[in-house]
Parts: sequence; structure tokens; C-alpha cells
Amino acid sequence: MESAGLSGLILKRLASGLVTLFIVSLMVFAGTEILPGDVAHAILGQQATPDSVQAIRDELGLDRPAILRYLEWLYNFVQGDLGVSLISGREITDLIDTRLRNSFFLASVAAVIAIPFAVGLGLVAALYEDRLADKSITIMTLVFVSLPDFLLGYLLLLVGAVTLGWFPALSRISSSMSFIEQLQAVALPCLTLVLVVSAHTMRLTRAAVLSVMNQAYIEMAELKGAGRRRIILRHALPNALSPVLNIVMLTLAYLIVGVVVVEAVFNYSGMGQLMIDAVSKRDMPLVQACGLIFASVYVLLNLSADILSILTNPRRRRPK
Amino acid sequence: MINLLRDLNLSARIGVVIVVVFLLAVTFGPMLLPYSAVEISGSVWEPPSATHWLGTDNVGRDLLARILTGGRMTVLVSFFATCGAFAIGCPLGIAAAITGGWFDLIVTRSVDALMAFPGLILALIVLSAIGTSIPSLLMMMAVLSSTIVFRLTRAVASDVAAMEYIEVARLRGETMRWFLFKEVLPNVAPTLFTEFGLRFVFAAILISSLSFLGLGIQPPYPDLGGMVKENALAITFGRSAPILPALALALLAIGVNLIVDGLLKRNANLDLHK
Amino acid sequence: MNDYLLEMRDLRIETIVDSRKKRAKPTEILKGIDLTLRRGEVVGLIGESGAGKSTIGLAAMGYARRGLRLSSGEIWLDGQQILGGSVAQLAQLRGQKVAYVAQSAAASFNPAHRLLAQVLEVTKIHKHMNTAKAEKRAVELFARMGLPHPEAFGMRYPHEVSGGQLQRAMTAMALAGEPDLIVFDEPTTALDVTTQIDVLAIIKEVIQEYKTAALYITHDLGVVAQISDRIKVLKNGAEVEEQATESLLNAPQNAYTKELLNVRSTVIETELSDDEPVALGAEGIDASYGTVQVLNDVSVALKRGSNLAIVGESGSGKSTLARVIMGLLPPSKGTLSYNDQPLSSGLSDRTASQRKSIQMIYQLPDVAMNPRQTIAEIIGRPAQVFVGMSKQNTLNRVHELLHLVDLPVEMAQAYPNQLSGGQKQRVCIARALAAEPDVIICDEVTSALDPLVADGIIELLLKLQRKFGISYIFITHDMAMVRAIANDVVVMKAGTVVEQGAKARVFAPPFNDYTHLLMSSTPEMRVGWLENVLTERRMEAGGQ
Repeated sequence: MESAGLSGLILKRLASGLVTLFIVSLMVFAGTEILPGDVAHAILGQQATPDSVQAIRDELGLDRPAILRYLEWLYNFVQGDLGVSLISGREITDLIDTRLRNSFFLASVAAVIAIPFAVGLGLVAALYEDRLADKSITIMTLVFVSLPDFLLGYLLLLVGAVTLGWFPALSRISSSMSFIEQLQAVALPCLTLVLVVSAHTMRLTRAAVLSVMNQAYIEMAELKGAGRRRIILRHALPNALSPVLNIVMLTLAYLIVGVVVVEAVFNYSGMGQLMIDAVSKRDMPLVQACGLIFASVYVLLNLSADILSILTNPRRRRPK
Repeated sequence: MINLLRDLNLSARIGVVIVVVFLLAVTFGPMLLPYSAVEISGSVWEPPSATHWLGTDNVGRDLLARILTGGRMTVLVSFFATCGAFAIGCPLGIAAAITGGWFDLIVTRSVDALMAFPGLILALIVLSAIGTSIPSLLMMMAVLSSTIVFRLTRAVASDVAAMEYIEVARLRGETMRWFLFKEVLPNVAPTLFTEFGLRFVFAAILISSLSFLGLGIQPPYPDLGGMVKENALAITFGRSAPILPALALALLAIGVNLIVDGLLKRNANLDLHK
Repeated sequence: MNDYLLEMRDLRIETIVDSRKKRAKPTEILKGIDLTLRRGEVVGLIGESGAGKSTIGLAAMGYARRGLRLSSGEIWLDGQQILGGSVAQLAQLRGQKVAYVAQSAAASFNPAHRLLAQVLEVTKIHKHMNTAKAEKRAVELFARMGLPHPEAFGMRYPHEVSGGQLQRAMTAMALAGEPDLIVFDEPTTALDVTTQIDVLAIIKEVIQEYKTAALYITHDLGVVAQISDRIKVLKNGAEVEEQATESLLNAPQNAYTKELLNVRSTVIETELSDDEPVALGAEGIDASYGTVQVLNDVSVALKRGSNLAIVGESGSGKSTLARVIMGLLPPSKGTLSYNDQPLSSGLSDRTASQRKSIQMIYQLPDVAMNPRQTIAEIIGRPAQVFVGMSKQNTLNRVHELLHLVDLPVEMAQAYPNQLSGGQKQRVCIARALAAEPDVIICDEVTSALDPLVADGIIELLLKLQRKFGISYIFITHDMAMVRAIANDVVVMKAGTVVEQGAKARVFAPPFNDYTHLLMSSTPEMRVGWLENVLTERRMEAGGQ
């Protein structure tokens, strides 16, 4: 009975996630089509001749209705056929292959460091509220959320690569490098991401834990004679888990955006660089493919946050 | 205003000083400097000196003059984009909270759809289609930011709408105008004011990031993010040219965030005393 | 050394002030309290909000809420000085020497754990029982507390059981550690009267059975009289007087205690004949929120210049009826009338004069007044809208109205959060008066107020009635108030009218079963009332 209700809830959430993905794909497609006038003209700019415009129109199939093109694009995408780049003429799947892996590598190393670091700091700040540790952590994070990603990137580059010479200024990784060498290559961009993301995560964690610590059941636990350890581990943590999980997912989602800028600072060959390139050259099929990949990852992260929250919260798990 | 300043904590007062000095500098600074932002007045990437206080840029222009002029551009664009976001998000949010029903449902769902994307990615997709002219940047940023303004306004206004004094006004048969300006707005204004600060910082960092990526404000207009990009190569020679404009942006963001933080604490305290 | 279980000497508690602010002075919350309690004894602490009752209760556990500190005095618990005790020492005492039962059970149970785990936690922390034995005892306690399916009850989560059950579970939780002393902090205040009497009875029984001493904190003299051996009356953090329960009720020494005991002594006896003209009527009303029907064929009539009390427990639909009458919730069936003219069910279809004539006052003045408007704006607006008062005359009228509700005219420029609860409710009354109404609907207007303040509000409403001939509908759960001021009574339960008629008829035999249950469940300020009621009920049940 209980498990049937639970799996039902999760199935429902999965279904709504699928709908979101569908809407997102529609918006990615529509977003690249909202141009007043004609994509072909926009791509060619001043070099547009009637012939070249027609060539592009043919290539993109622009003479057919948008809805048909959308369905075809989505169908191919799901099959793993992302189409062909307008500019380079290469298969988008090939273009994306190593870059996606590079970005994923960078983001996961950053996540592995940032999440325990930031959540830990947030906990410390919340548990020592208004003491020196909390105040210094809070003011530090306020400064760090205000710093643009590229400032942190260049500062680290200046210090870590140019002045100290500990790390390479250009972050290139290749499959011939050992794992340690790869780690060293991404050290600076990774550190940048960690700093950028941690500040947000820590602030949110602090707020979530504080709101739990102010509940009446925490006072009750103390009045039952529970020690500090027990109060935190047994009473605060299970209730803070679901908001903190959500925050962790937000952090991961934030990494997606951070990756775009940080890759540009360090000339790191990843999805971000690829998408920027595509946007500035108006390589529409490539923009669509990159956009949909980024957006899908984001939607999936949100979805898993929600499912984890259902699993960890009895009030959502067993609604009355 | 003076009373408000007295209520603020030390760090928020520091924030006020930073923001006021920054705004004065970008407004009047360019007029007082001997160089304009476009004239070439030295060699490439000169270090700071008596003639060029912050040195020169990648083509020998005075960096300080460019930072001030670029800062003005960043402030103006972010300010107008944020105003746009509030002009869209606030009325929609309040209307959705008070009317409810299908109107609320449609707007909320559309905003949810827009927020299913990371902001920067959506911006990139849209910019690839509509190009990077200043009006299209402003429009894109306003719409993007308005989603968050809408959500907040709707949440705060729903809280207010559930209060019995709204029911009392309904029983009096008050007009929509009265509801908006006398009952709802005065109660949501403090929250919206702090949100304006946060949105402004978000806009300033977004536009600078876009410019840094080459997809924001285009030359010849100087702006902070664009200057970082122009001077990026200097970093390999150990020069600080790309860091200085970024620092200026960070200073503005820190100032605003300090004020917002102080205001939030103050509002929380006021609620506590009730 | 003496034989007291708990002994407090000159206990002082004050607010903690920010040491950086030089001018800020700490406020004293407790101003030198002495209190003693022997084993197995029950002492009641009574007083209005801000009297420091809960603060004393928590201090007995060596605990001070955030922002407060135990500044001086002595607290001896079973021979140990606990003021200034170490964290470990206090933790050792809490749960097994002294336990706590809070007012809000819903907030005090951890939503993440099953009830059994929380009830057993004390034995886990203090390790004085093995798990199997502890579980057996928990089931016994659940059974003892009259909880349904005691073996399975503990497997539920807090959000899955009702408020009354949670409150019992919390008492079971306190008993689980076999403490010498339990601090009960308003344990029945949030409950309906018919639930309250059961919980109260069971608390009384178990503390006698387990020979536990108790500090019983409440603002309700009727409740505390049933359970305590002695009562200490508190006001603003200081003791007013302390006596054995019986003598305190019969021979109070202090004027303040006398006032507390004399609450609601005004009684309106006027009986109105059935052909008195009806000011406001509702006929056969059905109403629902969405698909849930809340009112079922409800008819009521308010006679001109009289008081109609609509009484019922939570969920009876009494407040929904008020919303229907105000035009806020159009009924699905039935008709309304005002002065023998049909009153349309939708607010927008009513005439300006109908809207003006029927006003409403709410339970919580805090949310009924816009915090960003001054008192002058709040009271002045209806004068402008309904009576068409000009801007210049409005302020004069506001002063007049403030005077009518016994508030100083200077208050006109204040904001709501600068006023006390009673003052706020007076402003709300002034706002209703500003429309110059015939009928005022009072929705639980006194239930958020302390008894003495509430009494003042009722006196004021009756004074205004004599002056302007206003008719009132009182929506309430408070039988004592109904008994005092109603002319006619409507008793509601689960969306239907159970009984209605003149007060003398409703409150005299033969009784309707439910009305009788409500009446007999309302605590009375005399010793032995609880036992009497329970004995009567047992006899009736046996007789059937």
C-alpha cells in the first residue's frame, strides 16, 4: 500500500519531468526561430545574394512549415542524430563528443570538491550562528557571490599560473594524459568554479539549517535531554536533508552556467566554448543541439532533486 | 531616508558609501579626466603611472577613463533592464495573486517553462536569433529577469491577499486602484526594493558576462565585461589590465549586496518586533 | 536540605542585550519568583500573556529560550542546584527527572520520525531500559492515554494523527522517562472543549497514578482548578498571590485575582418574544468550498437590537455562515434577508446601504488591519466610503470614534503594531462603527485575547448596543460567553444546526445531547467539577 503510493508519486513526477523536457525542446527550437525576417539573411548578413540565401533555406528546409521541421528535429535528436553544423559542415555528434566529456570532467571535479566544502561551511555557519566563525563565513560569501566568474578566473590565472607558475595557463586535456595530469590541467578552472558555486550553496545551506534549528521540535529534543550531537544528527539533519538536497541540485545546475564563462577564461575546449562559437557564428543547428543538451541536464537535475525530496520527506512520501 | 540610514548596520552603510561613490564617479568622472575613453594616449598596456593612474589598455587608451565610461554603460544597461523586469513582473505578479483562476495558471505555467532553463543558456539561444543590438539585449535581460520578479511578487502579494484587511476592503467595495496602491503595494514594497538590488546585480553580471563572451554590448561602446575580453591577453604578461574592469564591477556588486543584506536583516527585525 | 522536589528562590530572568549597544538595558521577564513543589504535588501557574508562566516552567528544566538568560536566584531540583549547571548535568536531568509537554503538539513532534521512536527517545538517551521493555511500556502508555490501536499507533508519523491524539502522545512521551516532575505548558489550549475535557481527565488520572509532580501552566482558571493542589497567580513576571486551590477560588486576597475570577459576570437575561422583528435572516443555506459541503440547510434569524450567538467547535461551519451572510461566499442554495427585504447572496449585487448596514469584526485584529496604514486611515476610510464623509470632517469623526471605544485620540496617528491586542480590537470595533451599521457580525472577536481584556471588549460592545441599538451575531466556541450575553442561541455541528432558540430554553432541560455535551465540557471555576462531570457521564452511559 505504502510502496504503491510511493512509486505512483515518483511515476507522476517522472511524467511531469518528461513533459517539461518536451516543452523545453519546443522552446529551444522556437527560441532560434523568433527572429523577425529570415534566418538565412541573418546568417549571411551583407554577403546575402538571392542564390546563397536560397541555398541555406534549402539546407535548413526553411520552406517547410515550422511544426514539421520541429518534429523531424526532435525525432532525429532522440535517435542521436543531432544534424550537421552549418559552418563547418561536420556532424554535430562528432563536434560534441569530446567536448561534452571535457565539460563533464571539469564540472564533476568541481562538484566533488564544492558540494562537501560548501555544505560543510554552511552547517558550521548555522551551528555557530552569530559567532565569529559564522560572521566571517557570511561576509566572505557575500563578497564571493558578488564577484563575476571571470574576475575570479583571471585572478587565479594571474596568481596560480603567471606569478607562481604552479599550473598551466591554458587548460588543455587529452586522452593521452594521466588522470593526475588531467587534474592538474583543470586545477585553475576547477578552483574558479568551486569558489563561484560554493558561496551560493553555503548561503542557502545556512538558511535552510537555521530554519530547521528554530523549530519547536528541536527545543523539545533539548528538553528531552538530547545532546548537541543527537539534536543535530537525529533531529535537525533528517529535516534539513530535503532542502539541502535541493540546494545541492541547484549548485550542480549553477555549474552548468559557470562552465560557459570559465571555459572562455581558460580557453578550455568544452561545451560552453562550442556553444559560444555557434552563437557568435549563428550556426543554428549547433546552437539548438547545445541548448537542448544544457537544458536537458538542467531539467534532469531538478527532477532528481524533487524525487530525492519525496524519498526523504515523510510528509511528501505519505500524504494524508 | 536619513532614518533608514540610521537603521542600517555598519556593513550596509559601507555598501551605501561604495555605491554612491561608484555612481558619482561614473557620472562625473569622465568629464574630469584629461583623456576620453576613445583617444589613444599612450602605448599598449602601460603600467599604472602618474599620467595614467591605472595604466593603458590593449591599444593604448587610458584605462581609468575607459573603466568609468564602461562602468556607466554597464550601470545604465543593467538599470534599464531591471526596470523593464519589474515593469513586466510586478503587475503580472500582483494581478495573478489577486485574480487567481486561469489567468494565474497560465502566467505561472509560462514562467515555470521559462525558468526550466538556466538563464545564461536561454539568453544565448535567444541572442543567436535576435542578435546583440542594445535594444535586443535590454529586452532579453528584462524578460529573463522578470520571471524571478514575477515569482517573488506573486508569492508576497498572495500572502497579503490572504490577509483579512483585504477582505475588509473588498467588503467596502474598493476599486482595483485602491487595492493596488493602498493595500497591496505598501506591504510588498520593502521586499520588492531589496529584490531590485539583487536583480540589478544579476543584470550587471549577466551583461558583463555576455560582453566578455563577445555576445553582449559590442564595440565601439565600452563596457566592463567587453574590456575584460579586450585585455584578456595581458594576463599572460602578468599585467592587471583585464582584472581592473572586473574589479570595478565586483565593487559595485559588493556595494549593492551589502545594502540588500542590511535591508533584509532590518526588515526581519521589524517583523520580529511586531 | 528539605524535602522539596523543586525549589526556586528569587529567580530572575532577563533579556540578553547586545553588548555593543551601550544604552540598551536588559528587560526583566521574571522579577524574583519563589516557588516550591513537593513530590506528587501539582501546582498551577496562571496569568495573562506576558506574565512569565512558560518562562518559569522552562526554568524548572534549567532552560531559557533564545534571547533570555537566567540572571540570578536559585533553582533546586531534587537537591541539585541547576541554575548555572553544565550542559551535561542539565541533559542528564531533562527527560528523566523533569519532562515537558508543550502547547503545540504538532510543532513539537519531529515530522521526520515515527511517533514510537520519539516517545522512546528518552529511554534511548538515558539508557535506562532495553528497547523491548521500552516498547512494551510505550504501548502500555498509548493504551493508558486512550489512543486508538495502541500497538500500531506508534508506527504512524505525526502528520497522520489528530491534534487531540498528538497531545496525548506527547503526554505519553513525557511519562516514558518516568520523571519526577512534568511541566505542562498550556497542553489543552489549542483543543476544542469536548476534546479538552478528555485530555484533561486523562492527564489528571495519569499524574495521580504515576505519582508525578506537575507544574501546570494555563491562562484558564477553570482548567487549572481541576488539576492543581495549589495555584500561583502571576502578572508581568511577578507573583500576585499563591494559595491552595480551594481557598484561592473562594477567598482570593488580591484585587487582580478577584478580577480574574469575576470574568463574565455580566449576564443578559432579557428574553425576546418570537414575533420580534427580524433584522437579518438566513433560510435553508447550503454552501461549499469546492466540492466539500460545509453548510447543510442552515437557517438562523437575528432579532432587531438583540444578540444572537452561533456556537460550535472547529469545523462546525459557523465562520463559513458568517462569510455567507457577508456576501463573501455565495451559497449554493437558500436565501438571505435584511429587514424583510431579500439580500442578494453576492457582494457585488448588494446595494451600498446594505453593505454599509452589515459590518464584521474578526478574530485576529493583527491581520484585519493593514500594517502600513495609520489608525486614522483605517477608521476614516469606511466613514468616507459608506457615509460619504468629506476629507476635512473625517479626522474629527475618527477622534469621536476613538473616544467611543475608550481609546485616546492621540492614537489616530499610530500604526497598528504600536498597539496592544485589546487596543487593536477596539480599533476594529471603531472601524465597524464608522459605517454606522445596524448589524455587526463578531467572529470569535475575543478568543485571541486575555480574559480580562476580552471582558472589556464585550462590555464595550454591549455599551455600544445600548447607545446605538446595534444587533450582534456572535460567532464563538466559548460557552461561558454565550451564557453571559446571548439572547438567542444557535448550536452548530458539522455544518448543520443542532438546536436553536432563546437562551433560557436552550440552556434548560430537556437538553439536546450535543448542546449538553458542549455545556458540560466547559470548565467551571470550582474544585471537583471535572470529577462531577465524568461521574455524571459514566452514570448516563450506564443508565442507557
